[in-house]
Amino acid sequence: MSDPLFPDGTCTQQHAVKNRYQTEIFNMAETHSLQDMRQQAAVAAKVFVQRDYTSGTMCQFQTKFPSELETKIDKQQFEETIRTLNNLYAEAEKLGSQSFIEGCLACLTAYTVFLCMETHYEKVLKKIAKYIQEQNDKIYAPRGLLLTDPIERGLRVIEITIYEDRSFTR
Amino acid sequence: MKNCEYQQIDPRALSVSPLSAQNPAETKAQRPRRKWEAFPGKNRFFCDGRLILARQNGVLPLTLGLIVVTSGLFFAFDCPFLVEHLTVCIPVIGGLLFLFVVASLLRTSFTDPGILPRATAEEAADIERQIDTSGSSTYRPPPRTKEILINQQVVKLKYCFTCKMFRPPRTSHCSLCDNCVERFDHHCPWVGNCVGKRNYRYFYSFIISLSFLTSFIFGCVVTHITLRKWGSSGLDSSLCTVVELVICFFSIWSILGLSGFHTYLVASNLTTNEDIKGSWSSKRGAEESGNPYSYSNILTNCCVTLCGPMPPSLIDRRGFLAPDEGIPVASASEIELPPFTPKSEANMCTQSTKDVLERMLRSSDFHGLCPSGTPKTSPLVPEVPGAPPAAKPPVSSGCSRQLAHGAVVDPCPPFSKSIRRDSLHSINPAFRLASPSPTLSRSVLVVGDGPDVGFPPQH
Repeated sequence: MSDPLFPDGTCTQQHAVKNRYQTEIFNMAETHSLQDMRQQAAVAAKVFVQRDYTSGTMCQFQTKFPSELETKIDKQQFEETIRTLNNLYAEAEKLGSQSFIEGCLACLTAYTVFLCMETHYEKVLKKIAKYIQEQNDKIYAPRGLLLTDPIERGLRVIEITIYEDRSFTR
Repeated sequence: MKNCEYQQIDPRALSVSPLSAQNPAETKAQRPRRKWEAFPGKNRFFCDGRLILARQNGVLPLTLGLIVVTSGLFFAFDCPFLVEHLTVCIPVIGGLLFLFVVASLLRTSFTDPGILPRATAEEAADIERQIDTSGSSTYRPPPRTKEILINQQVVKLKYCFTCKMFRPPRTSHCSLCDNCVERFDHHCPWVGNCVGKRNYRYFYSFIISLSFLTSFIFGCVVTHITLRKWGSSGLDSSLCTVVELVICFFSIWSILGLSGFHTYLVASNLTTNEDIKGSWSSKRGAEESGNPYSYSNILTNCCVTLCGPMPPSLIDRRGFLAPDEGIPVASASEIELPPFTPKSEANMCTQSTKDVLERMLRSSDFHGLCPSGTPKTSPLVPEVPGAPPAAKPPVSSGCSRQLAHGAVVDPCPPFSKSIRRDSLHSINPAFRLASPSPTLSRSVLVVGDGPDVGFPPQH
């Protein structure tokens, strides 16, 4: 498919153009909010980061860097995000004294205590949601990417949407 | 567009068409709908999505009825006598036990057992793209599996055709509820729901407390009859007492047995499903296949199962549907790919087979020589049940096998199909998809329908 941004496809030219493209997106992000960008931009692709089951059924995600994001974001940055998320999920599922006490208390009250109290897991999930929001605002949105909270996908995948802004090509 | 049974899922088309197809229908909706109203599984919801039950709720009313009637008879006919002759603690203890039993039962029945929501269309397309399908002459290709390492143990993950995803470990698809359930134990008709990760502790406390309750009532009734025999011969309420005796006597054997069995399961961190299938018993002589999830300490296992952190419900029953996603994924894919018919004739299969043949021949001309590492991964090669290939080059999954043996991370699963170990290595198109765009998917995809494996309800 011919793209007006990459007319003849030589490597260095592509790079230069892509750099300019990224700078323009960054500038655009400064003037537009995340919401506006989502409405203006079209979805170019979606990347899915799958679960990593090497340590059992705990919720962990693979830290392997997807190749589609090579031109979009720094590998270290991405791995840092995933690693932080993994740590947060590990904290949620940690078998510590707090969860044990919570479990025993719940059992003794015939599980009615959950009607008034939030579980430890839910508290950590809120933390995770906030973290993802913050990462999106600071790092991913300026690069035309969007992380979807895994809880919206049943903790199966981390969905990364790659947006393609068409407003420059017109 | 050919009416092929196997069709590519083009995410671009999927992201565009739902808006056009469903907007006219959905914009007419009077109120925003909640997600439970569009839930694809066979479940029933109450209290605006707060409570969930299987559609086939089995004999839950019978269970409740038996418990309530037996306890009622106990309180009505035995307690007055026993309070008079023994102590007032008896109805108090009985009452507490009864309340606990009913609370646990209702909690088990109405809690989401750990249902996994079905994969979105884009996810399913992504997974399909990563799997190499050779196309076969049978109606549905052999089940796809992926092998991973958990705590140095090889575990096979199966692909669920209904939910369109690889099931996480210990997850099973319940055919009665048509859902994938995490840490699936069994579907209990007495409780009217699946027993899985989220409600196993309630189920366990239900059967333990029920054992105590039946034993308690049985003991009290026997005491009552004994005391009456020695005392006066007032046998007015003898019929009710006999009824209680009979019910308790028969329940005790089954309930105590079940409690004992589940105590064993909890202590060894197993599920009923795994125990019955013998997943972790060392059947194979050389390989020591222990349970990779067990902590090798009974107390830790009990704590993990019963007192572990409570995971949230993943299906978000009470969330609101966005205006453009009124129809669930499973049926959405049928709308977006209108020519798709699950039961097409054989010539459509051969059409797709021909396509695959061409692609295979084309791709085998490419660079791709997988490193020829078949034999060293042979212990991990899955048993392959499959029909013999029709008239196509048998595709080997040697490359993907080696990758599966190595890192977990590579999404290149060994495809369970009819292969010969020494067959030619054809390039796995997934390798060439290292930097794909969604429209470049070449593999033939299966848009399957219907549940993958049905597990018969236990007890």
